[in-house]
Amino acid sequence: MKIRINAIVGGVIVATVFGMGLLSIVWTPYDSLGLSLRDRFQSPSMVHLLGTDEFGRDILSRILSGAGASLVVALVTVFFAILAGTLLGIIAGYCRGLVDRVMMVANDALLAFPGILLALGVSVVTGANKYGIIVALGIAYTPATLRLVRGTVMSLREREYIEASRVIGNSEITTMFRHILPNCAAPLMVLATSMFGWVILAESAMSFLGLGVPPPAPTWGNMLSSGRPFIESAPWLGIAPGMCIALTLLGINLLGDALRDWLDPRME
Amino acid sequence: MDVPMITKRARLNESDPNERVELSSQPVTQGPLLSVRDLTVKSRRGARILNGLTFDMAPGEIVALVGESGSGKTMAGRAILGLLPSQVEQTAGHISLNGLELSKLSQSGFHRIRGKVAGMVFQEPMVSLNPAMTVGAQMLEGLLLHEKIPAKEARTRMVEMLRRVQIRDSEDCLSKYPHAFSGGMRQRIMLASVMLLKPKLLIADEPTTALDALSQREVMEVMVDLARNYGTGVLLITHDLQLVAHYADTVAVLKRGDLIESGPPKQVLCSPLSEYTHNLIDALPKRDRSRAPVPDAPALIEARGLSVAYNGGHRAFSRSTEKLAVDRAQLSIRPGEVVAVVGGSGSGKTTLGRALIGMLPIRDGQVVFRGNPVAAGNRDAQREFRLSCQMVFQDPYSSLDPRQRVRDIVAEPLGHSKQLSRGERQRLVEEMLGDVGLEALGDRYPHALSGGQRQRVAIARALIRRPALVVADEPVSALDMTIQKQVLSLFRRLQTQYGFACFFVSHNLAAVSEIADRIAVMHNGSIVEEGSVSDIFDRPQHYYTRQLLEAAYVAPGQVSPLSFARQLSGSN
Amino acid sequence: MKDRSLWYLLRRIVWTIPTLLIVAGIVFLMMRLIPGDPAQLVLGDTATPTQLAELRAHLGLDQPISRQFLRWISQLVRGDFGNSISTGQAVLPLILERFQVSATIVLVAVAAAAVIAVPAGLVAAWKQNSITDTAVVVGATIFLSIPSFWLGLLLLLFVGLKLGWLPVVGYVTFSENWRAALSYLVLPIVTLALVETGVLTRMARASAIEVLRLEYISHARAKGLPEYKVLLRHALPNAFAPILTMIGLALGHLLGGIAVLETVFTLPGLGRLLVDSIFARDYPVVQGCLVFTAAVYVFVNLVVDLLYPLFDPRVSIK
Repeated sequence: MKIRINAIVGGVIVATVFGMGLLSIVWTPYDSLGLSLRDRFQSPSMVHLLGTDEFGRDILSRILSGAGASLVVALVTVFFAILAGTLLGIIAGYCRGLVDRVMMVANDALLAFPGILLALGVSVVTGANKYGIIVALGIAYTPATLRLVRGTVMSLREREYIEASRVIGNSEITTMFRHILPNCAAPLMVLATSMFGWVILAESAMSFLGLGVPPPAPTWGNMLSSGRPFIESAPWLGIAPGMCIALTLLGINLLGDALRDWLDPRME
Repeated sequence: MDVPMITKRARLNESDPNERVELSSQPVTQGPLLSVRDLTVKSRRGARILNGLTFDMAPGEIVALVGESGSGKTMAGRAILGLLPSQVEQTAGHISLNGLELSKLSQSGFHRIRGKVAGMVFQEPMVSLNPAMTVGAQMLEGLLLHEKIPAKEARTRMVEMLRRVQIRDSEDCLSKYPHAFSGGMRQRIMLASVMLLKPKLLIADEPTTALDALSQREVMEVMVDLARNYGTGVLLITHDLQLVAHYADTVAVLKRGDLIESGPPKQVLCSPLSEYTHNLIDALPKRDRSRAPVPDAPALIEARGLSVAYNGGHRAFSRSTEKLAVDRAQLSIRPGEVVAVVGGSGSGKTTLGRALIGMLPIRDGQVVFRGNPVAAGNRDAQREFRLSCQMVFQDPYSSLDPRQRVRDIVAEPLGHSKQLSRGERQRLVEEMLGDVGLEALGDRYPHALSGGQRQRVAIARALIRRPALVVADEPVSALDMTIQKQVLSLFRRLQTQYGFACFFVSHNLAAVSEIADRIAVMHNGSIVEEGSVSDIFDRPQHYYTRQLLEAAYVAPGQVSPLSFARQLSGSN
Repeated sequence: MKDRSLWYLLRRIVWTIPTLLIVAGIVFLMMRLIPGDPAQLVLGDTATPTQLAELRAHLGLDQPISRQFLRWISQLVRGDFGNSISTGQAVLPLILERFQVSATIVLVAVAAAAVIAVPAGLVAAWKQNSITDTAVVVGATIFLSIPSFWLGLLLLLFVGLKLGWLPVVGYVTFSENWRAALSYLVLPIVTLALVETGVLTRMARASAIEVLRLEYISHARAKGLPEYKVLLRHALPNAFAPILTMIGLALGHLLGGIAVLETVFTLPGLGRLLVDSIFARDYPVVQGCLVFTAAVYVFVNLVVDLLYPLFDPRVSIK
């Protein structure tokens, strides 16, 4: 069945990436930051499986470390965006009235900054570094979560089991936590998976532009950026990191699809 | 009748040289209009949907295919037109329509038949018309597909047909979009659209199920009238035995894909041969004359001049012009009494029920519980009120939290009885589950249960604290007929056993005759008539009550649940 | 009826104003949160205290924050976005000039993507779960997973450098030499279009699947309509309205992310202007770009909202 293939291929890819990231914490074939001007621009060989870059650093090792860096940024960002968005979304969706109105106008304003624009703006304030980019992206993706959670809460409110909860005597707060929140879990999981992909892409883009994680610390985005001037003479500098981003995103998308399909029939 | 252009066209654009489509304009006088032999339909995974269905339909005859969900009746209708969904296929059998063997037909062959020889009317009026096209455009499309006539003539015919289906302002209707019309009107528009082509066969797939009780009868009368007029045979696919009794010439009963029995309705329904048919008929509500009268006692709960606004009363420009969902309702319910509240959609019956137990804000008037106005009570009194009045909801698919196990759902109300120990609570839950017949299912999740089982869970949840009053909001409307009977019997038994009072909401007057002590009829937010079951059924006073009785095919004084006499209502 | 539509129009337009105000407020806040003295940032380290004080007064920095904000808003409304610190140019004309480039790329790319995606999505939905459908979905997923800047880089490498078919660096405006201008734009547009095709195909397919499930499709078939007519006259118009919304979102989304592509192809677009001015600490330009882009996005959404009733008659009554 198509669905299973989705999950398998996606799962394998994502697991590999995670594996790479975790591995890089304890071991990489060479030191990711180790300069060796003697070995500059070596094309892929048995010694350096993916070749070396303009400073003689082993690209494979940098790819592994880059995986780790991107994953950490993505995980932390998604965690905060989901947390903040859910809390605010529940409040907006359940309270309705003025509170909701105010929050929605503010949220819409934040959503008016398309794509990574808001993150770019915030990065001006936080500066271009690992923590800055987490804050910037976290703020940029909270509005989307808020909107989703609010929407889910509002549609759940119409379900009869929510009314039933009030009829049997539960307070509003109890109803919210016992019945609404757990039923938000499914759409949230789907969102979190998609968001994970968006953040990885956004972080690579920003690092590529020079506004994300700065060199020499490797991240796939800034590797692509520093490899760009040498694209003709040493194409392997640019191909490997880009390929990794593409494959990771593919894996996440496939996994996300499989997740959505799996959750769908169970929902109702 | 007009000579269809199909004969010529068929020979010109033949896709399969071996296929000769010959459709004569004269009905095939020898032999049936529709002949189905051993029709077998399976899903691609092998699940059996129809098993060797065999029946005939004479020209102009009304044949009813009756069954519950899963009987395969819908697929039978679709198979005739070659409209089976992609995951389902016809594996055996022959269908012959007007002398033409359908199983050998190619896609283009079907395109020529559809609409012209056989038309179909679907169940859901709210989605059966394209919302992005005007009514006129849609009707025209169907018409021009099969007949080459000038636009003016087409328009005249469309307007005329719309008038025949009782659409007022039929000229204007053509330029409007579907969303401007109610469900009943849309069904009639669909009928008009299909009958424009004067097909030989009309397949009606549950045409009135999604409609209001009053609209149901209107649409059926119009449909049968048109069909008789044009000599169109009707294949009526339905689960409603009243319709069968009232309109069909022949009825075929289906169960899980098998043809159980068939024959004229009077024969099949009055002296059924099979047990299944017997159960179906038994599931029809009968008046329960054995009900013991409720002891006279002061009212348990009263609605005094109760008014409820729409939208919780937020956006009214002026009080005097505000339309009320419930308008100064006066009702009292004694302990242990079952009061059925009946009316069409929009009558306010559900709103009244919810407002009565405090789930909706009240605009005017008051609710008095055990002699004390609820609004004036202190926190404890209000809490007691809330816990003593429970509710069973209509939709079994949304009234249970999909994340909770059955056991937890039923146990949840006990969380407010602080004095009970854990062991006692568990015991009560087990006892309750046993009482509703769900002993083995405590660990399941709702999605693993059938509709009937879910309603039992909902009932268990409502009754576990032995409330004084239960508001039952159309608790069985969404269920299959035989299941309705089961759940309703259960509800009656528990009501007698536990002795709770009940505010029973229903849109079908006949359905409540089994359970009610008193009946209140609501229309446009007001209670227009109230009385005992015999008062309402035998001596209805208000015109709306009479309309409801008529819509349920119940004549005043009628004893048996089925009525076989067909009257064409001259009104409208 | 006409009255109501007009009312809906007006209400929708008016509703954008608070959003825009808050957008401006957010940008204002961000700029004020940047560590450092704004006057110092403008004049550099060599400035004397007197010069700094003078500039501060000139910029109105000694006034209360709310006054400053209102002052800034009134300037924006009048079209005065300030001046670039690096070049002294007026910001708004600069933005508009750059915007032309970005807008051209985004519009053409999305249009091209839509032309391919909508039919592809429709066909895939029609033949749901068949091999065609799977192929379309897999293809679309692969394309949308490719980061646009990497794809651009690859295309640059192969088509531009190795094959030498198209130029790699530089740009001329249309007015100067339209053929050359076109050749500079082809690669970025193709890159963007490829990625967006993936995104839009999946959305179109999802929307079409929803519509094909509905009963009026069966009804149309029961009338005897051939399949292609069912798809074109009944499915497509109803699936299109949500697709239109998605196209609007895609347009806006790309406006935000175009910076990377402009960097790869060194095009003088709005995205690159923003990034360059961030590096150059040219804050008036940064502010201007942020406000402008967000305003354009709000405007695009407004247009999409207003066009919706054209495709879905149910909506205008609301």
